[in-house]
Amino acid sequence: MPAAEGSSSGLGRWHAVGFVAPAFALIGVFLVFPALWTLYIGLTNYRLTGAAARQPEIVGLDNYTRALSDPTFYNSLWLTLLFVLGSAVIGQNVLGFLLAYSLRATAPALRRVVQALVLLAWVLPSSVVAFLWIAMLDRDAGTVNAVLGGSTAWLVEYPMAAIIVFNTWRGTAFSMMLYGAALTSVPPSHLETARLAGSGSWQTLRDVVLPHMRRYALTNTLIITLWTFNDFTPFLLTAGGPNRESEVVPVYIYNTAIVGGEMGYSGAVSLIVLLINLLLALVYLRAAKVRVPS
Amino acid sequence: MRRHPLPVLAAAALVLATTTACLGGEDKQDTTRNADAKEFTLTIAANAIAGGKNAASAEWIENWVIPKFVEAQKAKGRTAKVEFQPSGAGDEDYKSKVALDLKTGSGADLYSIDGIWVGEFADAGYIKPLDDMVGADAVNAWDGWGQIPKPVQGNFTYKGKRYGVPEGTDGRVLYFNRTLLAKAGLPRDWQPKSWDEVLAAGQAVKSSQPGVTPIQLNAGTAMGEATTMQGVLPLLVGTGQQIWADGKWQGNTAAMRDVLGLYQKIYGGGLGDPVLQQDAKGRDKSFQAFAAGKIAILLEGDYFWRSVVEPAKGIAKMPDRNENVGYALIPAIRPGAGVRGQNFVSMSGGGGRVLNPATKYPRQAWELMQFMNSKEATIAQVGSAPRLTQRQDVNDEILKTDPLLAFIAQKVLPLTAFRPGFAEYPQVSQALQQATQDVVAGTSPADAAGAYQKKVESVVGGADKVASG
Repeated sequence: MPAAEGSSSGLGRWHAVGFVAPAFALIGVFLVFPALWTLYIGLTNYRLTGAAARQPEIVGLDNYTRALSDPTFYNSLWLTLLFVLGSAVIGQNVLGFLLAYSLRATAPALRRVVQALVLLAWVLPSSVVAFLWIAMLDRDAGTVNAVLGGSTAWLVEYPMAAIIVFNTWRGTAFSMMLYGAALTSVPPSHLETARLAGSGSWQTLRDVVLPHMRRYALTNTLIITLWTFNDFTPFLLTAGGPNRESEVVPVYIYNTAIVGGEMGYSGAVSLIVLLINLLLALVYLRAAKVRVPS
Repeated sequence: MRRHPLPVLAAAALVLATTTACLGGEDKQDTTRNADAKEFTLTIAANAIAGGKNAASAEWIENWVIPKFVEAQKAKGRTAKVEFQPSGAGDEDYKSKVALDLKTGSGADLYSIDGIWVGEFADAGYIKPLDDMVGADAVNAWDGWGQIPKPVQGNFTYKGKRYGVPEGTDGRVLYFNRTLLAKAGLPRDWQPKSWDEVLAAGQAVKSSQPGVTPIQLNAGTAMGEATTMQGVLPLLVGTGQQIWADGKWQGNTAAMRDVLGLYQKIYGGGLGDPVLQQDAKGRDKSFQAFAAGKIAILLEGDYFWRSVVEPAKGIAKMPDRNENVGYALIPAIRPGAGVRGQNFVSMSGGGGRVLNPATKYPRQAWELMQFMNSKEATIAQVGSAPRLTQRQDVNDEILKTDPLLAFIAQKVLPLTAFRPGFAEYPQVSQALQQATQDVVAGTSPADAAGAYQKKVESVVGGADKVASG
């Protein structure tokens, strides 16, 4: 039977369309439509309340020019960069790998206990852990102050450090599991060869284990970067405060859209953030394509 | 493989066209829809919850309003089902929730809202004039209007139309802990006559009692409208200016710099706790600190007296409230310098109830609203928790029993001021909150006032609508 024109699978065009249609419909409804909606809202002066909620007017690119000249938006981008670098790229990556690497040779019972505890931080609902952390870091009745003495309002005086440590604690489980699986892919023969050649544990880690980790590290970093970039949980701890000192981008968008009521402006900011996300994904995909010598 | 850009473009255009149609739009209300229903369900929503915020109000709705209303309807041969949707959130969060509910045409049938939200909700079409929803005849037929003073009705009137029924009014005073002030050598019935006397009292507390925060003045964005109503605005009227007057909003003026200057003296001079002011839960913490005897002087509304430090049901109970919590009028910056040449000033507002335009049973909802504002219901409501109600006939009776409310009715309300009910007001208010936040965080009053001026110009549409200099 000859293949239909333009089809390499032999399905025929309409069959092929039939098979992908459900997927396209889902993507259309849940991705393309919201993106276009955001694009449209971003061009208006739409507000949550007031006359502009009933009769929004098209304001062209005003929202975009305002966003690109608004120091509070740059502030939030900068804080997000710190947040992503501190808690994901460094914090979760390094801690996750160290946990996975140090647990690989320990007794199974200890390993399971540690893994369960780390996982627990990951699977508990955000609102619950936020509550625990607020209780822990409170100035007047917090656990940390009770242990250390003194009366530091951690979430007010060190808001960025607090949310970075929090997110490292919260998200390390994923990196730990990914690296745990990756470590099993290091061929035992390589480790054995290294041992016979008299390599120390640091040399083995550097010259045998880490080269195997590179591709996993890229994938892991991509995933947790995107997650962290879009993570709203810091809002539950500090609400972006004090005075915007921990207002990462998702919190900034929420504060301008829902608290400030500026739906149009925050629509424009959302679209810029969407583009940044796409860009990040592209950069990582490119980097992952580069051949890694192994 | 060939590409077909046309269908994709067409689909995108179609999506854009439908989304455009979604924003905005107008619909005509049928004032008598389901008016004859024998069975109906209504939901009341308020920022009140049993055992938490505004507990007395929640208990009144659940234990008095609902059973009594259902009973009254039964007598008329109708089966009513009324539910209460409680909420115990911060005012700003509650406002977002109500706005989103109304925007999507869902939610409860009756909402409790702050009077200052009426303008922006009405402009958005989220709430509609009572006349349009239930018919002018039905609205005017209610005898309760005659008992509600005009300025109080004004809280729920916008552009000459009634949008709901107010729940009363309130006033702001300076609360102080009598024990702490006595230790600092101040009289039991302390009444400062200028800002300097307030600061001097703060200094006296500071030098006599380390560990006590002398003065806490609401500031910052985390507290939302509380910063404006219990901070900036009472001070501003104390300098002789209103936030809006003669077509202009108050910008970077000498009055505004005086107000921000007082913030600097309090928070820069170690009289107030700037960290608490920046905490996301700062207002609740200030309540607890006052109740625990850690704050000496606090500017708050009568809400503080009746729902916060209230000995039985308050959220920061003070068993010795009646003996230990003193209250004084808020002084102008110096005698005679207040608005209208007054020595003392205050600000007032008030909440109330509105109907959801999406209600299935507008007539029945209006009936429930009248019921909740009847003399009988209002007396039941204030029975356990006195406050200044909307009804003159009820106030005349309850004010005899509560000293603070009598003080507010007799001394504060005659010299109080109201916020302008414009849709821009909430954004101006946010700009004011940001200005105080900046000062608490260490910016100079002049710089904070300058940044505030810029923000207000962009909000109200031009420098010609903002007073400065």
